[in-house]
This record gives sequence, structure tokens and C-alpha cells, in this order.
Amino acid sequence: MRRVTRLATVAIASTALALSATACGKTSDSGSGSKEASAAIAYDIGGRGDQSFNDAAYAGLVKAEKELDIKGNDQEPSEGESDADKVQRLTELARSGNNPVIGVGFAYAPAIKKVAPKFPKTTFGIIDDTSVTGKNIANMVFNEEQGSYLAGVAAAKATKTNKVGFIGGVEVPLIKKFEAGYAQGVKDTNPKVQVLKQYLTQPPNFDGFAKPDLGKAAAQGQLDKGADVIYHAAGLAGSGSIEAAALDGKWAIGVDSDQYNQEGLAKYKAKILTSVTKDVSDAVFNLIKSVKDGKPQSGEVRYGLDKDGVGLSDSNPEYKKMTDLIAAVDKAKAEIISGKIKVQTAP
Amino acid sequence: MKKFDKDRLILGLAGPVLALVVAIALTSVVLLASGRDPFEPYKLMVESAQYADIQVLILNQAGTYYLAALAVAVGFRMNLFNIGVDGQYRLAAMMAALVGAAVELPGPLHIALIVLVAMLTGAFWAGIAGVLKTLRGVSEVVSTIMLNAIATSLIAWLILTDNFGVQLEGSNDLTTGEIAESGWFPSVTLGDGGEIYGFTFVAFALGIVYWFVLNRTRFGFDLRATGASESAAAASGVDAKKMILTAMLISGGVAGLAGMPTLLGDTHTYSLSFPTGIGFTGITIALLGRNNPVGIFFSALLIAFLDKASSALDQYGYEKEIATIMQGLIVIAVVVSYELVRRYGLRRQQQKVGEELAAAARKNREEVAA
Repeated sequence: MRRVTRLATVAIASTALALSATACGKTSDSGSGSKEASAAIAYDIGGRGDQSFNDAAYAGLVKAEKELDIKGNDQEPSEGESDADKVQRLTELARSGNNPVIGVGFAYAPAIKKVAPKFPKTTFGIIDDTSVTGKNIANMVFNEEQGSYLAGVAAAKATKTNKVGFIGGVEVPLIKKFEAGYAQGVKDTNPKVQVLKQYLTQPPNFDGFAKPDLGKAAAQGQLDKGADVIYHAAGLAGSGSIEAAALDGKWAIGVDSDQYNQEGLAKYKAKILTSVTKDVSDAVFNLIKSVKDGKPQSGEVRYGLDKDGVGLSDSNPEYKKMTDLIAAVDKAKAEIISGKIKVQTAP
Repeated sequence: MKKFDKDRLILGLAGPVLALVVAIALTSVVLLASGRDPFEPYKLMVESAQYADIQVLILNQAGTYYLAALAVAVGFRMNLFNIGVDGQYRLAAMMAALVGAAVELPGPLHIALIVLVAMLTGAFWAGIAGVLKTLRGVSEVVSTIMLNAIATSLIAWLILTDNFGVQLEGSNDLTTGEIAESGWFPSVTLGDGGEIYGFTFVAFALGIVYWFVLNRTRFGFDLRATGASESAAAASGVDAKKMILTAMLISGGVAGLAGMPTLLGDTHTYSLSFPTGIGFTGITIALLGRNNPVGIFFSALLIAFLDKASSALDQYGYEKEIATIMQGLIVIAVVVSYELVRRYGLRRQQQKVGEELAAAARKNREEVAA
């Protein structure tokens, strides 16, 4: 008898849940929708506080709040979530009246593909992806390989041991772009320089963007092998690489934002030669501004060396003293912009 | 027919209820300690769960969790700790997606093939640990954890564009190519609320199969007997080694299904952003649900609720990690409270038996005296 009751409970409970879902039909945030102009970003893995990619996007949102007088909303993902969660997040943000809604990172592509057609009046932005397209979708992409090429030039000029290191966070196509540009820049500048490459983790393990101890260990290994310039494209994990290189008195090259000016790394900034900047914050700001001005961006918006969307920072006084190096970097930059140098996007 | 055992039911429920109460209380303490309102987050979460689209999310997630937890539970009943469900379902989903994208068959056949490949892959991956355990005595805890890491690397290698991966033009994601529409499992559409993956119902139906096999077949009896005492089972003619391997294979096969609701109902491809960590959540759920199909159902719903309803907290200035803290506390509380309830039950039983014996003795004495 008891067994039967239990089975019945399962059946009733599951149908009840399914029915209640059908019956009430109300969906989240269907009520709200303030008149105040607002923009929203949905973060990639790591969320706010990653000292890198997501923080850059947030900086763009904050700038827009201040200068454009709009309200900014942001939402974080949860670990290991599925596309359905991303769809839900974007839908909720769009429904509550945010415009534009920006997905930070390529992982949002499938979700934007589903949500964008349902909100034709809302502009959706996606960073690092051009595979989903639509009238109300702005694809913000960067020529990371160009900035990395310049880092390669700088590394090849700065090395004394003829060995330089590259540390990639997670082995995904995006980070391989960094590697490809860097290796090519080194080789074009000085073919005798050897590039040591290492990736911290393989997807779907994204610790390689998050755990500084991994970056530190990898950098230590490359330093032991004789590298004296280490470039990282590893987000928060890369701060460990910078630490290891600086403690050893060797050069580190930062990524995404100008890491010389980053508070968390102030202790090591003397040894941060330069950083490959990727102006995610400007891209976010520009999109919000374009929506506010009534001319929303749409389609591919590419940020390369020519628009200073990527580049090499020169905050370190030591860097400014290396005139030979700066000359080589400037020459390479001009040649990339003019199209004389074609930078590979895959190693 | 067996008498309805009220005591056992109450004791069975006491464990999870006690654990929940403790977990909620402790979470409130954490909230208080960080100077927040200790109750509002719960209210917000319950409110958010009243919306249809959140309910659909919860139900779909619960289906996925249910499968993972069943896989863990099969192991638990056999006294095996399969921590490798995570690696098994990811590898299985990847292989199933590969095969599914490579062929095109009439609908039901296509889906059946994908599901079969997933089960076989999961069973194979868990089977490695099973073989190691039966032939070499390697602890399945250690080997399955290691196999998780190997699965991660294997998937990362297989999905490279040089091997089987597909990188769409302009995308930075790697996929296994899209499965043709004949391999999509039909969903129940609820208008604005979204769709409930059809496979979610398959998941819950599997709970009935699990119950039937374990409690109503000779095989299930052998499995539970071997789990309770290997030597006793062996003495009564059960081949314990064969049972270990079979249990591992079944656990892996079920684990292989955990990726199916998402694969067949939503993504139709395995990409770098395929959900991860479901296997570990499955362990929590199996523990909380006491390996009982109904218990697992409700714990899966609870954990899915915490997952999905908590995302609304962000908007109101609360960190949604509150739910993560709560899940962690539930795990600890479950272990402690089950032990407490077990001891209490034991003491009660001893008292009862003691009283019965004393009563019998008194009766005897009276009879003698008379």
C-alpha cells in the first residue's frame, strides 16, 4: 500500500508543478518597466571583480552612467550554467526595459540568437562574437592579435636571454589569437628568439582565467627555463604570472587593461613593461551612447589598432626610456594599420 | 501486506527536514553577520519562483539533476561512491552530440541512437573505474575523480578543430556541429514561459524504473545485499565482483543521460559553454534524497529552486551566492542530521525492545507467582 502512495505522490507532484507552470502564465518582470533610460550588461564567467575582461565592461557601464545619465544594471552568471539560464537573464533584462542589453563574452551568442528576435526594439550587444547577426544586434569584436603582435615586438626587443614566455589562460580560440599575434611579432622582430608557450587549463575548466596560483607556477617554470619577458593572456590568473616575473626581476607584459595602473598589482608595477589593452569599456560605452543618441550600432563593430581599440600602453617610465624598442613598436603599428603586415589569428 | 510503518516514515522525513531547518537558520546567521536582512532573500526567492518562466527553468534543471542524482544513488545503494558522474555525463554528451550531428535518421531512431551512444559512453567511462576496482582493488573514489580530469582533457582535445570540433564563422566558441532537427526531442511549449524539455519527463519516469529494479527484482536485491555486506552476499551465492562492475556500468549509463535534456531539448550541440558541475550537484541531491526516488525528486526540485530563484537576488542588492552558501550548509547539515536521527531511532528501538522484554518478563513472573 505504502509503495503505491509514494508513486502516486510523484505523479501528482510532477503534474501539479507542470500545471501550475501552465496555469499562472505570468512571467518574471512582466509588471515593471520604468521610464528611466537604462542599460544592462550580463557578465561572463568570473563576473565583476576579475580585474580584467568583466571589470572593463563594468567600467564602460559606469562611465555611461556618469556621462549619459542613464541607469546601469548588471547581472552575474552562475558557475556551469546552461544556455537556458543565459536566455532567461537576457530576457529579463530586456523585458524590464533595458536598452541596450550587452552580453559580455562569446558564450552569450546562442542566447542572443534566441532572445534578440523577440525584442526588436531593444539593441543587443555581444562582445567577441560575430556568428549571430541581426538588425538589432551589435557585434563588438577586437583585433587582439594586432595588439599581441606589438607585445611580441616589444618582448623580442627587451629580451636578453633570447627566450620569452607566453601564458594563455584557457586554451580556447580567442586566447590562441593572442598567442598567434605574439609569436609572429617576436619572430618578425628577431627570428633567434624562442617563444615558450603554456596554457593553464583546458575548457570547460575555466580556472585558467581565475586562479593566480596557476599563473604563478607556469611563469615560474618559464623563468626557470630562462625566459626573461613573460606575456600573459589569462585574466585574473595572469596576476600570478606578473608576480612571479617581477619577484624574479624579469619583465611582465599585462593584458586587457593597463595593468601598470592597477591597484592590485601596484607592488609589481615597476616590472610591468607594458600591457596589451583591449578597450572593452569604450566598446560598451560607445554602444550605450549610440542607443541613447537614437542611432544604435548594428552589425560588426571592429576595434583594431587603427581605432585604438587594441594597443600597447606606455605608462611605465622604464618603457618610455627604451627608444629603440618604442621605434620598433611604432613602425610595426604603422605597418599593421597600412596593411603591410598581416597578423595571423591562429597559431 | 506490510503494515504502514508510521515510525519509519517520520524518522525518514525528520532527517531532511532537520537539515533544511538548520541550513536556513545558519544562512540567516551568515546574513545577520554581514549586516543584511536575514529573511528578505527567502521572500524574494519564493516570489521569483512564482513566475512561469522561472518555474520552467527550475523544472528543466531538476530533470537534469534528477538523472545525475539517480546515477550517484545507484552507486550508493551498492556502497560505491561514483564521484565521476561529472566526467561521465560530459564525455557522454560530447560523444552523443558528435554522433548525432554526423548522421541523419528518421526522428525516433535518431534520438534513440543519440541516447544509446550517451549511455554507452557513460557506462564505458564508469566501467574503467569498475574494472580497476574489481581486478586491482583500486578505490573507485580515487579512480573516478581522476577519470573526471582525464575526461576534461579528452573532451578538450576531441573538440579541437583539427579533430572533430567545428568553429562557426565569427564565433569564438567550439562546437561539435549541430544535430539535425530529426534528433531534437519534442518539448512542451508554454507560451511565454518557455518550454519544458521532453526529456525531463523521461528523467522522472526513470525514477520509477529505478525504484522497480532495486525493490522488485532479484537483481536489485542482490545489489542492495552486496552493498550492505559484501561477504554476507557472497556467502549467499552473489558474485560480488560482478555486482560491483554491473553497478558501476549502470551508474555510468544513467550518468550519461544527465546531459540529454540540455542536448536534445536546447543546445543541439556540445560547445565550450555546455553546463558543467552537474555530477557534483547530483551527489548532494542523492544524499539529501536518501537514494530514494521520491526523495531525490524533491531534493532535485529544491536545489534547482535555490539555483534559479536566487538569480533574482542580484537585482535587489543581495549576492546570489547566498544560495550557494545554503547548498553547502545543506550538505553538512544533511550528514549531521541523518546521523543524529539514526542514533535517535536506534535508541528508540532499543527502548521499545527493552520495554517489550521487560513486559514479557513481568508477565512470566506473574504467571509463575500464580
